[in-house]
Amino acid sequence: MKTFIALSALALSSLAALIAMPTQAQDIPKVDQTTLAKYTKEMWPKTPQGWEGRITYDETQAVCSQFRNDLPTAEFDKVLAREKANVKLPADGKVLGDWKAGQRLANNGRGGTFTDEPMANGGNCYACHEMDKKELSFGTLGPSLYEYGKIRKYSEEEAKLAYAKIYNSMSVLPCSNMPRFGHQNFLTEQQIKDATAFLFDPQSPVNQ
Amino acid sequence: MTFAARLGGLFLMGLALAGNASAQTTVDAEKEIEKFRAMMSDPMSNPGYLNVDRGEAIWNTARGTKNVTLAGCDLGMGPGKLEGAYARLPRYFADTDKVMDLEQRLKHCMETVQGLDTADVVRRRFGGPGRTSDMEDLVAFISNKSNDMKFEAPLSHPKEKEAYAVGEALFFRRSDFMDFSCATCHADEGKRIRLQALPILGTAGKPVQETMASWPTYRISQSQVRTMQHRLWDCYRQMRTPEPVYLSDGLTALSLFLVKKAEGGVINVPSIKR
Repeated sequence: MKTFIALSALALSSLAALIAMPTQAQDIPKVDQTTLAKYTKEMWPKTPQGWEGRITYDETQAVCSQFRNDLPTAEFDKVLAREKANVKLPADGKVLGDWKAGQRLANNGRGGTFTDEPMANGGNCYACHEMDKKELSFGTLGPSLYEYGKIRKYSEEEAKLAYAKIYNSMSVLPCSNMPRFGHQNFLTEQQIKDATAFLFDPQSPVNQ
Repeated sequence: MTFAARLGGLFLMGLALAGNASAQTTVDAEKEIEKFRAMMSDPMSNPGYLNVDRGEAIWNTARGTKNVTLAGCDLGMGPGKLEGAYARLPRYFADTDKVMDLEQRLKHCMETVQGLDTADVVRRRFGGPGRTSDMEDLVAFISNKSNDMKFEAPLSHPKEKEAYAVGEALFFRRSDFMDFSCATCHADEGKRIRLQALPILGTAGKPVQETMASWPTYRISQSQVRTMQHRLWDCYRQMRTPEPVYLSDGLTALSLFLVKKAEGGVINVPSIKR
């Protein structure tokens, strides 16, 4: 009898707990893509004029979102192959532009927002990376790029790899936090050449 | 010194500091702003409290075709009950069968309780030079009535669970031409953009508690009180997405996700920030 009372009390208290207990976040099932799409459609119902082609939710973005950037091996390899295939190196084979233009680009965080007039976009490299030691206002979301070219002995092959990384970061590291600047048409070929020169020119303050 | 003179002086200081911060963001400037923020924590010095007063006046003004005040508005605690309402929002409302944040609910109340055409209120959603925002004023007034209380998001209704799950998915959703999600900047500890420290928001803990419990806030650099709707609008702007629709359910879902992560955070608003 005692056991029965104790058990009933336990059952009652767990019932009460079920009703009153706040839901634990981890107990909530993940939302399905159809439901999510209904919400995003309401948040962004139409493509603003001039934004055609820059609003994407491509396969790579979808899989990086789903796995929160931590891909299983098979998915990792798929993304790597897909993103590698769409890297376009400059037709003239030259990946080094003007390092001074690259320096301005690295410091420019303007362009591309819905409150901006159309303009040449900045690369905003300093938002995430240390570069020139004299520029103290740098972010830490990405690694330091100080002496980037110097460490790589100004190798032509390494410069091409850096161009490809800026053009499409995910061709090197799937689900990298870094934007795919060339692939998404955020920066032009010339701008990416200039950024690469800022990293690789022996005169560039990055290598001083 | 009169209140106005004192406020004016602090205001000028704020402008000087804000200017300084954008021209040459240094660690020293951050420290100065921290000092400034401490001085401003006195409600008699924080310009955001002017919004609190204006919000109270708007709440008590008879408007709309029904020519009544907002006293009949139920923010979840019963009609006209404001104490603690903000600490429990966003939440599910049976009359609309929707999860709503404070601003969605206020718009609903203006339309149903007062019979007010809200087009003008929505147009003035974000205050600017020579233009006050009823929403910013009302949110300042109402959220202030939850000061010293803790955020709670029990997620007891299925629609609250759905909104939470949607908010979580949005937090990690990478899109558009920069491939950014909220998590790009707010998932790892100790990161910063330029010199601006970034709080972790996707994991429960002190940073998300402190962040959520200090909105709405008076933004020194904008000379306006800003709400969570504006904060998310500005985040998406910086992420280079198109402009998200004001009061869309996705923004509410994201807010609910963040409030859940911030549970236990003690509200102190309007705060003051850079």
